[in-house]
Amino acid sequence: MQRIGVFVCHCGTNIAGTVDVKAVAEALGREPSVVYSTDYTYMCSESGQNLIKDTIVSKKLTGVVICSCSPRMHEATFRKAAASVGLNPYMVEIANIREQCSWIHKDKAEATEKAIILGRAAIAKVQLNTPLTAGESPVVKRALVIGGGIAGIQTALDVAEAGFEVDIVEKKATIGGKMTQIDKTFPTLDCAACILTPKMVDCAQNEKIKIYSYSEIESVTGFVGNFTVKIRKKARFVDETKCTGCGLCTEKCPVKKVPNEFNLGMDNRRAIYIPFAQAVPKVATIDANYCNMLKNGKCGVCSKVCTAGAIDYKQTDTIVEEKYGAIVAATGFNPIDVSQYGEYAYNQSKDVITSLEFERLTNAAGPTSGTLLRPSDGKHPHTIVFVQCVGSRCTPEKGKSYCSKICCMYTAKHAMLTREKYPDTDVYVFYIDVRTPGKNFDEFYRRAVEDYGVHYIKGAVGKVSPRADGTLDVQASDLIMGEQLHINADLVVLAAAIEPDKSARPLATMLTASMDTNDFFTEAHPKLRPVESPTAGVFLSGMCQGPKDIPETVSQASACAAKVIGLLAKDKLSCNPCVAHSNENMCNGCSQCANVCPYGAITYEEKEFRMPDRTTRIRRVASVNPAVCQGCGACTVTCPSGAMDLYGFSNRQIMSEVDAICK
Amino acid sequence: MQVNDKTEFVPKIVAFCCNWCSYAGADLSGTNRLQYPANVKIIRVPCSCRVNPMFILRAFQRGADGVIICGCHPGDCHYTTGNFYARRRMTLLFSMLDYLGIERKRTRVEWVSAAEGAKFAATMNDFAAQINELGPNRRLEDLRCRQN
Amino acid sequence: MQTELKKRALELLGDGTVDRVIGWQTGEFSYDMTPAVFTSAEDVEKNFVYNDFCGANVSKYLIKECVKGGRILAFLKPCDTFSFNQLLAEHRVSREHVYIVGVACDGMADVQKMKAAGIDGIVGLTAENDTYRIETIYGDAEMKKSDALAERCLTCKSRRHAVHDELIGEEGEDRPDSGRFDMVAELEAMTAEERYNFWRGELSRCIRCNACRNVCPACTCENCVFDNAASGIAQKAAADTFEENMFHVIRAFHVAGRCTDCGECSRVCPAHIPLHLLNRKFIKDINELYGPYQAGADAGAKSPLTSYTFDDAEPSIVRERGRE
Repeated sequence: MQRIGVFVCHCGTNIAGTVDVKAVAEALGREPSVVYSTDYTYMCSESGQNLIKDTIVSKKLTGVVICSCSPRMHEATFRKAAASVGLNPYMVEIANIREQCSWIHKDKAEATEKAIILGRAAIAKVQLNTPLTAGESPVVKRALVIGGGIAGIQTALDVAEAGFEVDIVEKKATIGGKMTQIDKTFPTLDCAACILTPKMVDCAQNEKIKIYSYSEIESVTGFVGNFTVKIRKKARFVDETKCTGCGLCTEKCPVKKVPNEFNLGMDNRRAIYIPFAQAVPKVATIDANYCNMLKNGKCGVCSKVCTAGAIDYKQTDTIVEEKYGAIVAATGFNPIDVSQYGEYAYNQSKDVITSLEFERLTNAAGPTSGTLLRPSDGKHPHTIVFVQCVGSRCTPEKGKSYCSKICCMYTAKHAMLTREKYPDTDVYVFYIDVRTPGKNFDEFYRRAVEDYGVHYIKGAVGKVSPRADGTLDVQASDLIMGEQLHINADLVVLAAAIEPDKSARPLATMLTASMDTNDFFTEAHPKLRPVESPTAGVFLSGMCQGPKDIPETVSQASACAAKVIGLLAKDKLSCNPCVAHSNENMCNGCSQCANVCPYGAITYEEKEFRMPDRTTRIRRVASVNPAVCQGCGACTVTCPSGAMDLYGFSNRQIMSEVDAICK
Repeated sequence: MQVNDKTEFVPKIVAFCCNWCSYAGADLSGTNRLQYPANVKIIRVPCSCRVNPMFILRAFQRGADGVIICGCHPGDCHYTTGNFYARRRMTLLFSMLDYLGIERKRTRVEWVSAAEGAKFAATMNDFAAQINELGPNRRLEDLRCRQN
Repeated sequence: MQTELKKRALELLGDGTVDRVIGWQTGEFSYDMTPAVFTSAEDVEKNFVYNDFCGANVSKYLIKECVKGGRILAFLKPCDTFSFNQLLAEHRVSREHVYIVGVACDGMADVQKMKAAGIDGIVGLTAENDTYRIETIYGDAEMKKSDALAERCLTCKSRRHAVHDELIGEEGEDRPDSGRFDMVAELEAMTAEERYNFWRGELSRCIRCNACRNVCPACTCENCVFDNAASGIAQKAAADTFEENMFHVIRAFHVAGRCTDCGECSRVCPAHIPLHLLNRKFIKDINELYGPYQAGADAGAKSPLTSYTFDDAEPSIVRERGRE
């Protein structure tokens, strides 16, 4: 017979405001096996915890029920308190009477009655609880960073700095990510390449860091501390170990008209290419979609000119399997496709461009060598219109509901730099709001307006129409003046909303990490655990978690690294003891449970059993590896005999909760 | 069935919620003070695949008027595949109950993520209204061997 | 047929291929053929019988026989082979311990239909083309085979053996058009109220004798949940009505995806409850929702309840289709 103590928390007025806590304590005190029942203002406070601890000792409690906030909030706190005075922590159950009762009900009688029923269910469950002991599992001291943009680079460098091995998997031919395509960075206007490329080189030179470029994640199995990841190294048809990055092949390749993705298709590259001068690793890659040799076996020029003998047309994808203790998602973002907004004429005119394309047009390594020229005729634009919030802050049908966060600042930057370099240019910015929270951000924006004379107009652009003379008619409204405007523009720049990279969704599925409706990874806690995913051992770095600028990305990446280091520094992790177990006397050995186990935690063995008639019989029975089992319970329902059950959530425990609720 | 002082029907509804998504979604609807009827009582399970058809039948037999199972959206299961199995099991079970003549609206599965507090509350409100309309569950209680 | 089976049994026993035989012998009544294990040639000579009353599925008995070691000759009708394969998939029997002689079958007789036709005191049965010649203590009677065949045989899914070492008689074919789901579809077409009344009427006759469970080749648990106090559902002493109410639903669910539709449950039910209609409902749903699946057709196949696809139907489909 259990001796159960019930502790009802007021949570200030959070619970006590709508639930008659005294009545709850009194009612639950009358339940079978309950030897003590009380209420207190804050159970999670030190004095509240002391009350629990003292009572466990003085009343010789074998089980504890705490009626309080969600177990997701303080279950760990109360379990720890119980353990500190020698009660097995798994003898503690929480009745959630705040999030699932006091906060959602207004009628006190109704809420009180519900709180009592929830308490009863917890008591019924704890009656059947058994002490559980957590096992231990070792930690593989190596981290995987998925995505080699500035977020992934920073996390990898910090983790490597702490002395742990890190692998970066980047799907493109080089690391560096979006930041490589940016010209200058706000609000300081230092050159992106100047601050990024040294970090890329650091990655390449750090002996703790291994870069898998042109590679993708194939599968992820395992759990925190013990992930097994298969990495697909896509065939680049160039032996990375031999290629010196001399670039001769990229000059001799006869296929010259391949749209250059680094410059967003505004110029061309060859079928064999190095993305840009500072690429890391600096090795060539053959684009199989364009290479004549790979398409029809006719050419072979690159192979002939390569003195290193690095070209290998027979190369195939290879799969590498590695073990990791921690995984960091740093999959980044992309601007959305703006061609869906017909009103901006992006598809009709070459002179309607996105902001990222504008970056390339002003970058010295870009298609115009840094001179701002109209894509259509290569002339200097004299009137430029910037359109803000293209696809951001929209209704779900039109685009993204969120603010992309970076556009206000980079547009101010573009406008300012344009006015500085080309003072004869008229620059208009159409905005809904200008959002400049950040160190030196508002000052930066005000300089654009006050010192550089950029025309900021609060209002929306309704339509962009190409005119016969090659200019663009921008029809817009000025909300402050209350008038319709027509601007004859040479160039229109769209601040496209950003969205998570498309690879993030399938990756989240592999990682069993959750995502929000916009495909941003969800944090374990939006405020208190912003760089961890709810899935243990999976961490979030950079834009994959939500829109952010470079300084924010870097600080989040370092925070993420700190969490990874904290995990890798441990030799062992204690396992969740709420795992499946099989009663071998009842097991039929049918293997159905093993068929549904996502972790391969169930194996079978032939075991000898003594039968009632004193004969022995060999039977095939299931056994669960508690270090591998994660406790989902899929096997327990598949098992027809009920031999498979789950510690902490046993059939009888759940059944008794059902009974208590339906009574 | 509970009967309050006005002796009007107050259904009993059991909601099985997976720990990672739907239970957190329920918490979020609490945090956001989104109301739903007090006769919805939540049982926390690690995953929707932990919900044994026996639990559902037991609830009905013990007087529940509606049972709802909430889990992570397909593809988002914390355990990768749990809700896929749950989806098949519950589809077949519900179909069987329907085949036995049990009102098909008494059972439901909804995928509610940890971010969908509003969806959780809306789902519970809708489900409770539906059960209210159906009235007390009698059929499953009476569908027995050796009727007496 | 009996002569051929006996002859083959004696040969295989004689040459040492097997050391025992599982087949049928006469039970309490001469129409009540019961599975039996024969360990000697004399035993076979004396007691082995085979006629159209041998509907009993012997596959389940092989679980015990496989444990004993040695090799056993099993005469399996097509439907029995599906059960055997399913047991093989679940590691309940082992292939090397069983020598399977497939017996061609075009349906087994249902003694209830004969009794209903006023034929009593049955002592023997011979089949001649389309006619059953029935020996009774009151003299011989005749009945058209199609009138006397068991329901499950009229709607037989396949007369082809799913597994065998050799065959006696001509191998039959799959019968996709046997209409085995017609009755399920009829029930589905009723209103919920009508369905409820139908099942209430049927299930209320159950006396919980457990015959269905004991005969079922899919119900092979070492210890049934209904007999296991720790399962939380078996509470006979406390006279819990849960078990009474839900026994058949839970049993049907436990065999869902594993039931081969052999129809033994309905055959043995003393209250004549059409229990196979529960199993067939699951089979029909599985076929319609997850693609055609026949348990036991392939011992290596993944069962529909232990597999999934990303785009499986949502449970709400139940609310959207059929009659309410």
